[in-house]
Amino acid sequence: MHTETHAITVTVNGTPYRRSVEARTLLSDFLRHDLLLAGTHIGCEHGVCGACTVIFDGLAVRSCLMFAAQADGHSIVTVEGLAADRHHLHPLQQAMRDCHGLQCGYCTPGILMTMKAFLDETPAPDEARIREALSGNLCRCTGYQHIVDAVKLAADRMRG
Amino acid sequence: MVTRNFGAPIRRNEDSRLLSGQALFVDDVELPGMLYAAFLRSNVAHAVIRSIDVSAARARGGVVAVYTAADLGDYWAPGPLLVPPPPIPGITFNQRTQVPLAKHKVRHVGEPLVVVLAQSRYLAEDALADIAVELDPLPAVTDLEQALSDASARVHDDVHGNVAARVRQSRGSYAAARAAADHVISRRFRYDHGASSPIETRGIVASWDARADQLTVWDTTQAPVFLRNGLAAMLGLSERQVRAIAPFVGGGFGPKIMLFYPEEVVVPWAAKKLNRPVKWIEDRLEHFFATTQERGQTHDAEIALTRDGRILGIRDVFLHDTGAYNPYGLTVPINSQCTLLGPYVVPSYDSTFTAVFTNKPIVTPYRGAGRQHGVFVVERLIDIAAHDLKLDRAEIRRRNFIPPDAFPYNNEIIYQDFAPLSYDSGNYGPILDKALEMIGYEHFLKEEQPHLRAQGHHVGVGLACYVEGTGIGPYEGAKVQVQANGKVSVATGIGTQGQGHFTSFAQIVADQLGVDVRDIDVVTGDTDQFYWGAGTFASRGAVVAGNAVNEAAKVVRRKILKLAAEHFECAEDDLEIAEGAVSVVGVPGQAIKLGALALKANPMRGAVRPGTEPGLESTQYFGPPGGATASGAHAMIVEVDPQTFMVKLRKYVIVHDCGTVINPLILSGQIHGGVAQGIGNAFYEQLVFDEDGQLLNASLADYLLPTALEVPHMEVAHTETPSPLNPLGIKGAGEAGAIPVGPAFAQAVEDALGLPDRGIELNEIPLSPNRLFELAGKLR
Repeated sequence: MHTETHAITVTVNGTPYRRSVEARTLLSDFLRHDLLLAGTHIGCEHGVCGACTVIFDGLAVRSCLMFAAQADGHSIVTVEGLAADRHHLHPLQQAMRDCHGLQCGYCTPGILMTMKAFLDETPAPDEARIREALSGNLCRCTGYQHIVDAVKLAADRMRG
Repeated sequence: MVTRNFGAPIRRNEDSRLLSGQALFVDDVELPGMLYAAFLRSNVAHAVIRSIDVSAARARGGVVAVYTAADLGDYWAPGPLLVPPPPIPGITFNQRTQVPLAKHKVRHVGEPLVVVLAQSRYLAEDALADIAVELDPLPAVTDLEQALSDASARVHDDVHGNVAARVRQSRGSYAAARAAADHVISRRFRYDHGASSPIETRGIVASWDARADQLTVWDTTQAPVFLRNGLAAMLGLSERQVRAIAPFVGGGFGPKIMLFYPEEVVVPWAAKKLNRPVKWIEDRLEHFFATTQERGQTHDAEIALTRDGRILGIRDVFLHDTGAYNPYGLTVPINSQCTLLGPYVVPSYDSTFTAVFTNKPIVTPYRGAGRQHGVFVVERLIDIAAHDLKLDRAEIRRRNFIPPDAFPYNNEIIYQDFAPLSYDSGNYGPILDKALEMIGYEHFLKEEQPHLRAQGHHVGVGLACYVEGTGIGPYEGAKVQVQANGKVSVATGIGTQGQGHFTSFAQIVADQLGVDVRDIDVVTGDTDQFYWGAGTFASRGAVVAGNAVNEAAKVVRRKILKLAAEHFECAEDDLEIAEGAVSVVGVPGQAIKLGALALKANPMRGAVRPGTEPGLESTQYFGPPGGATASGAHAMIVEVDPQTFMVKLRKYVIVHDCGTVINPLILSGQIHGGVAQGIGNAFYEQLVFDEDGQLLNASLADYLLPTALEVPHMEVAHTETPSPLNPLGIKGAGEAGAIPVGPAFAQAVEDALGLPDRGIELNEIPLSPNRLFELAGKLR
């Protein structure tokens, strides 16, 4: 039996949570099933598809490749925390809607978080840079073109 | 109608929820007291089960129950045959469907043997390691030709030669055509399709409410109505007692239409038996074995032509790998057989296929559903003919197109919907012309290619044409209802997996009822919201359900006008519906909001006339007389690295005709996504099995889905030949993008490397860099 547990304090979308977690609990499972932040999706559980991407201390990481215990003392932003409030969309979310950048929407949270971290670092990317940054996230529906359009549009809007 | 929504690139209603992480997917369902299922699966492809010992697993802490086939008792039964064989004279069909848990034999890697139910998924998976299974391995049947021999092992002991089906269809006399031909070409083609790989794997949550005597199931299915009906029948319940919900589903592409997966049989049964909610979510490794896929066909095909390149006839004999079971009947190989005819006049056709049982996962439709295989064969035959007869690749196609005045065009064979393969409408010449113009065909061949070649670039152009039978029956239905708050509710029985139904159906209703698209609330995939339906498959959602929505909205419009005319004591012709209200034309102030009218249509007291129906609502059904035939052409320019054989797609154009267009933004998305899957199929994706039936690349690190770097920018254009088979003139578009990529890719790579002049042909798909190196490597 794997019953070793850890007490952790983790800040998610600005809210601190204290929880006791099993050592082997994945960060993705912790976010989804303990904190009920189900917007972070699970696609492969081996770090390839990127659907579970969250922002961890400012960096885009795959939450299926981390244990919840490793998040102790760290700060995480998930898709639920991307927009300023419930009534507005973040410019990336808005651009994804404007450009039809999502179909089934399952990979979308991971793509949003990856692109958020990317645009924070690269506010004026060209198409080649966007495609490279996007290439760690798999989307099976869109063929990526409208996502690329959306990221360009969001970058333009965010630079004002 | 003041604003026209139909045809406009309207942003999607469903996006805000999806973008903010608020959309419900199956794994998001959390219920008190939930148990988690994990399945022990066979790790060999073919074996007799000698014993299964689950005692240690049962004793593990946190484990609530462990079941084998024996524990299912009378509930254990092979699954239903979803699609019976079409009425084709003389066919052979041996029905062998999958079972909930293997009992005597295992027939493919991943076939489930035992289910564990535990307090967490982690504990359930721990307990799988406690189970002792003794299997006596048998030789695995993996090669299609060897499977047919007397010496082969048998996947099903009583099926001689592993023949799942044999079907011959023909028109005219191929022998006569061959005798009259100036030129005959005969080749072997192999086409391998892969795993649909939606980013959301399959999953199911089942909850039995003993007090209400009701089962609720959340399932990633494309066919919730069939799921409900089947579960009710299996569990001895009436349909009313089962509610099937397909919530937001993270991509389907075909395999999620398949019923009944073993997990869909076992999980609801366990939930009812234990009186606790049960969740099972497939992991990615399981997805490669436990979810159906498509795979290979081997075609021996022959084409007879005149010297000026006119097709006189085609003969084709092919083998189709159906996997260990055949619950989906003949849909995939019938599609291959029929779609091979393409947009061309083929006066004589003689096609025979044999579907073969193998010890591999089950084959059922995946986006394109066998059409790719047929299109590859005919397009490659035509390419070879063009080379032999020294004709231009575009010109030989143009010469053989069915002329625009020949529709409806009957191919005189039977299609997957049991109806004759008849094309309702089409106009193929302008599609090809437009594609050639967009890719710059003449300019590329005459100037660009010689110029780039002189600089050492191996560049080539490829093009392919296709038709796709879409929008088949039997029917779909829809209920349209004006709510008291003025919003309009639309419910239909199909499920949705990203196709934008929440918006496209709203656009149809918005035009009929003068309501903003954002005020129309579409519900799909909940059997308590809409009782009847078939499902989302065969590029039929927009065609069949869309027309049902339109019919229901038309009736509601008539009800609105009738009631408003009574209210205003005027003629219906004097009324206008716009912006959520009915007003009397030319009389300012004389208006009533639709919500208020809906309340009036449901009086609480007083008498109504006999025959009065309450509310402003209607339920209507639509069943097309036959499938609507979409068509298109793709063209691409590629550059091949002669050292690594990596292929770069420099330009990609698509011209597509799917009749009238509801939402061009959504349509482009469907096409883009289809092409991306086609590119994966052509170049990157192959399920590699060894001779023991083991899949060697069962992870997304090894089975390569195209990323944003591999899928190029695409240019999409449309022509519009409305279908006469439905009032909206729609044809389906869901699968089209994926269908013709393979042959265009093979042709472009051949052209880039100058292979035809060296006698090298690329007659198979996929063409990975490794495979290209093997086939074309003698160049170096």
